[in-house]
Amino acid sequence: MSIELKNITKQFGGVSAVNDVSFTVADGQLVALLGPSGCGKTTVLRMISGLEAPTAGEIFVRGKRVNDVPVQKRNIGFVFQGYALFKSMSVADNIAFGLKIKKWTKADRDARVAELIALLGLKDLENRFPHQLSGGQRQRVALARALAPKPDVLLLDEPFAAVDAKIRQELREMLVNLHHELNVTTIFVTHDQEEAMEVSNRIVIFDKGRLAQIGTPREVYEEPASEFVARFIGVMNVLDCEVHEGVARYGELEFPTHGVTDGQRLRIGFRPYAVQVSNDLTAHRHFAVLRHTYFLGVLLRLELELPSGLIIRARMSKEEYTRLNLTEGREVSLQIRQYRVLSREGETLPPEVSVTHSLSLSPGEGI
Amino acid sequence: MAEKSFRVLPGFGLTMGFTLFYLSVLVLIPIGGLFLRTFSLSWADFWKLATTDRALAAYQLTFGASLAAAIINALFGTLLAWVLVRYDFPGRRFIDALVDFPFALPTAVAGLTLASLFAENGWLGQFLVPMGIKGAFTPLGVVIALTFVGMPFVVRTLQPVLEHVDRDVEEAAATLGAGRLRTFVSVIAPTLLPPVMTGFALAFARAIGEYGSIVFISGNLPMKTEIAPYLIVIRLEEYDYTGAMALAVVLLVISFALLAVINVLEQWANRFSR
Repeated sequence: MSIELKNITKQFGGVSAVNDVSFTVADGQLVALLGPSGCGKTTVLRMISGLEAPTAGEIFVRGKRVNDVPVQKRNIGFVFQGYALFKSMSVADNIAFGLKIKKWTKADRDARVAELIALLGLKDLENRFPHQLSGGQRQRVALARALAPKPDVLLLDEPFAAVDAKIRQELREMLVNLHHELNVTTIFVTHDQEEAMEVSNRIVIFDKGRLAQIGTPREVYEEPASEFVARFIGVMNVLDCEVHEGVARYGELEFPTHGVTDGQRLRIGFRPYAVQVSNDLTAHRHFAVLRHTYFLGVLLRLELELPSGLIIRARMSKEEYTRLNLTEGREVSLQIRQYRVLSREGETLPPEVSVTHSLSLSPGEGI
Repeated sequence: MAEKSFRVLPGFGLTMGFTLFYLSVLVLIPIGGLFLRTFSLSWADFWKLATTDRALAAYQLTFGASLAAAIINALFGTLLAWVLVRYDFPGRRFIDALVDFPFALPTAVAGLTLASLFAENGWLGQFLVPMGIKGAFTPLGVVIALTFVGMPFVVRTLQPVLEHVDRDVEEAAATLGAGRLRTFVSVIAPTLLPPVMTGFALAFARAIGEYGSIVFISGNLPMKTEIAPYLIVIRLEEYDYTGAMALAVVLLVISFALLAVINVLEQWANRFSR
């Protein structure tokens, strides 16, 4: 079921929540709508479902315009952040609700409910009422209820925000597995970039009601279209540099860049993994003091303070940290292997112009 | 209990002791006394006193009119609560405040006002009486007065529950294809039934006990518009204490039985949240 949004705008009392957004979701995709709170992503989802009507623009489902099709007739499955289960109905009745409305026979309903109970691991909970279930179980019932009438598209609004971290991980995996199995076009809203990267095969990023970028998780991470995307997806060090003698500089750091003129201001960004750190002070040209180490599991995050007082973030495996015999307060040398020009003089560059420099290819620069 | 768990307020022993004492002084001892006094009658005497034609007519009016008033309140009180919670309109707060009016107004004043409104020459009566609707000095008048005094119970019981009904749930029903009527009947109504029944029970109980407003609007015609509490007063004025006691015991037993039935129904309606 392909979905197309054309120049969709939504205003609430004169304030634009969504502004001229267009994108297409192909059949069977699992797409994340990602952005900070209040960026309009939930509103976009609600407009696709029919719960909200766009102020301007058109929505097409399988090539057919659905702007005037009421929510009841769109054949969608919607999973709400707060579960929205019918509390006066048992688990089985909740799941069967949509089927009753579609006038399935009792036998068909029972078979479908049993199928979903098994699929979502809700065995022995059929006769419980929602208040007798845990958060994760409730969310699985909500998912089963949405899937029961075989919707053309499954829409999920921050589906895992209300459950604890461990259950959230299980539910994410379950969603991916379900999508593999059922291959139903799925769009879900999240503010968690990690969740979007892990679960979806395409990410639509919103910034203040506008579309910031669409791409695979890899594309938005490696080829961010704007500084906003670069900073929102993963961690990025961003420096406001000025060009002197053809080289963008920030304090002691230098970033050779093509096509710049002296005095121009640039925003340069680099990922923590691009910062190479050595305990050998002769290995690299820049020096820094290791101020703080965060243990995040297999990977560690380091905060390095340059002589000018600038703090940059680096990433390192636990093994390397041990091998280099690093401790907080110790002096290290470093180099930045990869960086990217995020913007020049306030202008935002489209992705194809943004160049990733690999310093290993230009040994003469001496950084 | 092996270990005493920490409590901010005094624990079970003290509060339970006080509760029992309080309940005894205010409820159990008076009721016990009432029963004891009636036990001085033989069963046959009691039965004769409690089931005179006049008494039977009075019970019928008291419970019938109370039931009618409570049903009217359950329906229109629900509607009123829904409007007050769901919609924002000019004067909403004023109307909301008005709901408490029957609580605060002395019931005698209410009875007097209603009686003068519905009397043949009253504001409403002058139009209604020619149409055959007699609101004063008739059983209908009793129902009107009881509806008035019982109205706030349903509204005030339902309001907090309605405020907590998630819009999400209605939207979820819509995404599954349910129209408005279906959503209301299958999804919303079942969750509202328990508080509506609680409000109904409170309004009903209040109506059975109502006296002040009715004596003005009903006219107190024996066998026609005389309520049971009024008959008790008459018996007392005749110094017929045992006669009054017999009527009181009947009222007490029926009220208790009705409330017990309503309680069971409430539990059933609320089965999904226990």
